[in-house]
Amino acid sequence: MTSMTHPEQGSESKHISIAEPSILDLQNVTISYSGKAAVRNVSFPIAEHKITSIIGPSGCGKSTLLRALNRMNDFVDDVSLEGTISYLGENLYGKDIDPVTLRRRIGMVFQKPNPFPKSIYRNVSWGPQINGYKQPLDDLVEHSLVQAALWNEVKDRLHESALSLSGGQQQRLCIARALAMSPDILLMDEPCSALDPISTSHIEDLLFELKSQYTIVIVTHNMQQAARASDYTAFLEMGMLIEFGATKQMFTVPRQKRTEEYVTGRFG
Amino acid sequence: MVPLTQKMTLPEQVTSWLMSDARTQTASEASAVGLSLKKGGIRWGEFAIQSSLGFCALISVITTIVIVFVLATESYSFFSDVSPIDFLFGTQWVPLFEPSSYGVLPLLWGTLVITFGAAAIAIPVGLASAIYISEYASARVRTIVKPVLELLAGIPTVVYGYFALTFVTPVLQNILPGLNVFNALSGAIVVGIMILPTIATLSDNALRAVPDTLRQGAYALGATSFEVTTQVVVPTGLSGVMASFLLAISRAIGETMAVTLAAGATPNLSFTLQESIQTITAYIVQVSLGDTPADGIAYKTIFAVAAVLFLLTLILNMLSQWVLNKYRAEYD
Ligand SMILES: Nc1ncnc2c1ncn2[C@@H]1O[C@H](COP(=O)(O)OP(=O)(O)OP(=O)(O)O)[C@@H](O)[C@H]1O
Ligand SMILES: [Mg+2]
Repeated sequence: MTSMTHPEQGSESKHISIAEPSILDLQNVTISYSGKAAVRNVSFPIAEHKITSIIGPSGCGKSTLLRALNRMNDFVDDVSLEGTISYLGENLYGKDIDPVTLRRRIGMVFQKPNPFPKSIYRNVSWGPQINGYKQPLDDLVEHSLVQAALWNEVKDRLHESALSLSGGQQQRLCIARALAMSPDILLMDEPCSALDPISTSHIEDLLFELKSQYTIVIVTHNMQQAARASDYTAFLEMGMLIEFGATKQMFTVPRQKRTEEYVTGRFG
Repeated sequence: MVPLTQKMTLPEQVTSWLMSDARTQTASEASAVGLSLKKGGIRWGEFAIQSSLGFCALISVITTIVIVFVLATESYSFFSDVSPIDFLFGTQWVPLFEPSSYGVLPLLWGTLVITFGAAAIAIPVGLASAIYISEYASARVRTIVKPVLELLAGIPTVVYGYFALTFVTPVLQNILPGLNVFNALSGAIVVGIMILPTIATLSDNALRAVPDTLRQGAYALGATSFEVTTQVVVPTGLSGVMASFLLAISRAIGETMAVTLAAGATPNLSFTLQESIQTITAYIVQVSLGDTPADGIAYKTIFAVAAVLFLLTLILNMLSQWVLNKYRAEYD
């Protein structure tokens, strides 16, 4: 990182400490597509059982960074990562790490709802089933759908196709599907961007509920959502981490001028 | 994904139109400049396009009707000489010599052996190749393999027949010493090889049309590539995959040249696959090209067997339509 003379224009470079234990720790993470860096030298911790939001203008590398956290970038050709991401002290990109097992523990919800063209029930039961879950599936399916605040709407039509649901319902189904794996961490990439305000507030309420059991990392373009729902916020710009801190502080007394401009909507 | 920040640039005419008064004129002004909502005369250009498209569609409908009509009348006159029971259940097909016998089963058997034998080879291998190309192969491998497969699909069928006669059969004879020079096994294998590229390329297209977001969703649940492929990708692309099977099977049913060269022209209800057989199409060619008098009963047989072939493909079509609808209902 280049040295900055004016602190308010610089990026976060010193090690950032948080009050809670961290479940994920990013250290000098640089991610490049075909040698072109999309995320540059980013370091911040992700607190356990908290919601961390990643904000920043379009193309700044939010999705790239998020996908690195459960190694979904492995499916992109010619992508490389430098630095380390440690998960409970273990390097996620270590040679002995099996990405398949890793993704069972770190689940993901995508920007656009992507339910499988199977029944609602099968959408939820599929993940646990392929991963050798032995207990009764009915209970798990019900529990996951209840957690995702979808149960009441679908309990009478569990064997209908998931594609018959509305967009907001499909997204909650995708959340239920991820929750059925009982992951440690849930990564969400703009989960509400395709949803109406009512479905969005459903999902935000859900995040609060889930916080007690899961660690959530959410990418969002919606400043209110980040401010309302998250405990910590990371602000990226052009692949660099401009500021990381407690959400309340970031949105009231940001340390960086750029953060202030962005969160108040005066961003060029 | 296109970044939202990317500016859209509009052609100058459009921007100037956007800024001109033309768009802000009121309804009364619009009618003053002649934008009446009343129907004008016929739009001749559109009429011409519509009718020529309709005519093209009509051609294939008329052709089908004519074919069915010819088959029906000629078969009817055939069945006034030969009892349908003897035809459908007879096990001897000797139409050209005395004492003649018109049992269609040997020909039907020949066609079915080739078709199902070919399908049994081509469906698993073709689907496996499609899965490999679409899900596992690198972009570089795909750009080499795909055109080769398409090339293979374009080879004239007589070449496949020759390939059977000069390569497949000799190789098989090493393994099965009693194998005839013309045999059903070699015919089925070579027709299977022939229809394999059709299945592989069309199934590959169907699998590649499955949105990547579904694969990612499955991987994010800790699925392995194999689980993603077999339990998400293939079921999602199933209607396209089934369509490729169907198309390939209809090619196998209708295949004539390669089969004649590989399996010969002996109507034969042999179950060993080691002897020569004859398919319906091969028989039709044999009679059409021979010096069989066009008004005799022997000549009419080709219409009767063609009617059988027609019914066979019709049943297959309906069956596949039914299968497709069933899976559609379940998967989308
Ligand atoms: N598969 C890829 N191959 C090459 N470059 C990519 C790929 N995915 C993203 N990029 C590039 O990496 C940069 C960061 O992209 P990313 O998708 O992470 O941005 P983002 O912050 O999520 O944007 P948005 O808010 O629009 O979703 C962009 O410049 C983008 O063009
Ligand atoms: Mg993104």
